[in-house]
Amino acid sequence: MKMTGAQIICECLVREGVDVIFGILGGAILPLYDTLPQYPQLRHILVRHEQCAAHAADGYARATEKVGVCFATSGPGATNLVTGIANAYLDSSPMVAITGQVARPFIGKDAFQEVDITGITLPITKHNYLALDAASLARTVKEAFYLARSGRPGPVLIDVPRDVFIEEAEFHYPDKINLPGYKPTLQGHPTQIKKAAKLINEARQPAIIAGRGVILSRAYTELKQLAETAQIPVITTLLGIGCFPESHILSFGMLGMHGMAYANMAVSAADVIVAIGMRFDDRATASVSGFAPHARIIHIDIDPAEIGKNVPVDVPIVGDIKVVLNELNKQITLTKHIDWLGQLNDWQKKHPSTAIRDSQGLLPQFVVRKIYEVTKGEATIVTGVGQNQMWAAQHYCYDKPNSLISSGGLGTMGFGLPAAIGVKIGCPDNIVWCIDGDGSFQMTLQELATITQEKAAVKIAIIDNGYLGMVRQWQELFYGKRYVATPLSGPDYVKVAEAYGIPGLRVKHKEEVVPAIEQAMAEPGPFLIDFVVEPEENVYPMVRPGAALSELIEDPAARAQVLSDSAKLPASNISA
Amino acid sequence: MATTKHTLVALVEDKPGVLNRMASLFRRRSFNIESIAVGHSEIPHLSRMTIVVDGATTMVEQVRKQLDKVIDVVRVSDISGDDIIARELALIKVRTTPSTRSEIMQIVDIFRANIVDVGSDSVTVEVTGDEDKINSLFNLLRGFGINELARTGRIAMSRGGSSPLQVEKESASTRRRKQKG
Ligand SMILES: Cc1ncc(C[n+]2csc(CCOP(=O)(O)OP(=O)(O)O)c2C)c(N)n1
Ligand SMILES: [Mg+2]
Repeated sequence: MKMTGAQIICECLVREGVDVIFGILGGAILPLYDTLPQYPQLRHILVRHEQCAAHAADGYARATEKVGVCFATSGPGATNLVTGIANAYLDSSPMVAITGQVARPFIGKDAFQEVDITGITLPITKHNYLALDAASLARTVKEAFYLARSGRPGPVLIDVPRDVFIEEAEFHYPDKINLPGYKPTLQGHPTQIKKAAKLINEARQPAIIAGRGVILSRAYTELKQLAETAQIPVITTLLGIGCFPESHILSFGMLGMHGMAYANMAVSAADVIVAIGMRFDDRATASVSGFAPHARIIHIDIDPAEIGKNVPVDVPIVGDIKVVLNELNKQITLTKHIDWLGQLNDWQKKHPSTAIRDSQGLLPQFVVRKIYEVTKGEATIVTGVGQNQMWAAQHYCYDKPNSLISSGGLGTMGFGLPAAIGVKIGCPDNIVWCIDGDGSFQMTLQELATITQEKAAVKIAIIDNGYLGMVRQWQELFYGKRYVATPLSGPDYVKVAEAYGIPGLRVKHKEEVVPAIEQAMAEPGPFLIDFVVEPEENVYPMVRPGAALSELIEDPAARAQVLSDSAKLPASNISA
Repeated sequence: MATTKHTLVALVEDKPGVLNRMASLFRRRSFNIESIAVGHSEIPHLSRMTIVVDGATTMVEQVRKQLDKVIDVVRVSDISGDDIIARELALIKVRTTPSTRSEIMQIVDIFRANIVDVGSDSVTVEVTGDEDKINSLFNLLRGFGINELARTGRIAMSRGGSSPLQVEKESASTRRRKQKG
């Protein structure tokens, strides 16, 4: 059957299981939008800035484990996507971005709203295409989705000239993918798996470091089986949070620059590290030379280029984590590490990194903890970037995969709100809280309009410290307290919300926190709370840039205090 | 041949932008590339690249793996450990005077090079060989004055029957046919 390029794209999207598209239109992509009404299965969410189309698609992808889709027009529409695409690339989020381009005869002529978006996104996409005829569109779209979701997932961009949307071609949906240069390795090498099993079975102080790869491979039960059989403590990266229940007795939180003291200590003392679906990011490892100095490292990842990139490893295993762990688990013997786990529990008692000290003022950590308690740990938390992000990671207890959605690799301020919209649209039954910084929120707050228009019941908690807080913390600690350009004013956030038709509250005192969160939860629609917190609160523990994980600094105030409220515990165990 | 130099050979899809993808990768990851040579391979629609990387300044295995990640790169292999034939071609335009011409021609003969163009005050020499040979010839001719030098960069192949870049030739060509149709 003959179809237009635009129809071919829509047909393919439907076949790929797409139900939501985030985007903004313009001249070059107008023919595609004009075709959308013929495909009522495709719901289009109009955002207010293309960056947010990409972030929303990214949030949607992370929450639903499907491919997120965004549209933008040529020129500025396409360049506005760039940050969102880079964000998805660094966090391996499956995404397909479709951009309009000037018509073929105008390409290369610096035509109105022409930019070379395939050139621009070359280093931040897994792959990209300039679709030069309608006849090749079906194959291109099919390949794009396959690439986006398979192997190590990532964003794929398809740039489509305006006249290609209109051009007619025979629609033939290819049944097979033929990409001779793309064959992800799924099975781990048996010899390597055997070596890894031997190391694990002989280890006295093993530790697992689990990353987002576990989530992308949905290897939760396999990870749990490995940890439980061999009694190995599980530590996660920021993006790995939720891949293993944090209330599990073997869970020891997140490692890294703002990781739990005991997690960093465990990694520093371990004799065997099983690194699973993580890529030794510098925020996770701190100084590479001081990283896990006593450990032999087993690294399991689907991307061969990650092996040995940052940290030399002893046993590399390239493969899909679920498949590899399945094989590995067959060779793991029941073990007990009583002394080692005892040591970790002892560290955890002595260094309760998630304890919150008593304070007159409103502490941001307290706010996060109360959101946790009121939501009973069942919310999906989407964060901004900065201190708010670290507190959200530290003080909420994540038991389910994809319950924390955060910009890890790129650390994109402004990610929170649009990503939360994507999550809520993709998983309407989830309770979605966006825990944002006042600076981060101001980068994309125009999306409040999208929330209202789409009736997306996102709950927003602004950690309003009046600073670009994380940078201020660096200035305080490493730049002689010279607060250059970090003090930050903002609008009256409650009034702003109101102007967009969203109810809200301002909270300045501890006792108002729980009632406010409860009110937000009782509200069927969106709700915003402006938590005016202690302005100069710092995130601890902290590993100074350049220092080793073991050289961490702990909260001086909290250390001095004897704490009844100790480490992160399941809701039932936390006293109010 | 200096031992730190690694020779990578790659088969890449003959598509617009593929060179750009590779160049972008080298720049972004600060890979130090000594030379790249590109041309057709024995398989239609696949180009063959020879890339020389200095192992002293760049992690060669990372280069290979990152190249392999580029979707349009079908195969890539580090053949430095193999017994290989490596060749480069150079064109060297040398200044001449009536008194130096015969000396230059003698040198060219010794190197089994050819004179491919003669001007009133210059000759153009074509030489094929490994880098050392070309370097030596260049150094000898330098005394006469060099007007221009063009080098292709290394191309290389393993000796013997097997190819490190074995691909299912069927699939690559069928694919093209399908795309065309
Ligand atoms: C788009 C972008 N610009 C700049 C930065 C650098 N940066 C990192 S954290 C931070 C401060 C964030 O401030 P805010 O959102 O208020 O969060 P807080 O740390 O105060 O909780 C800045 C400016 C960034 N990560 N992203
Ligand atoms: Mg702030």
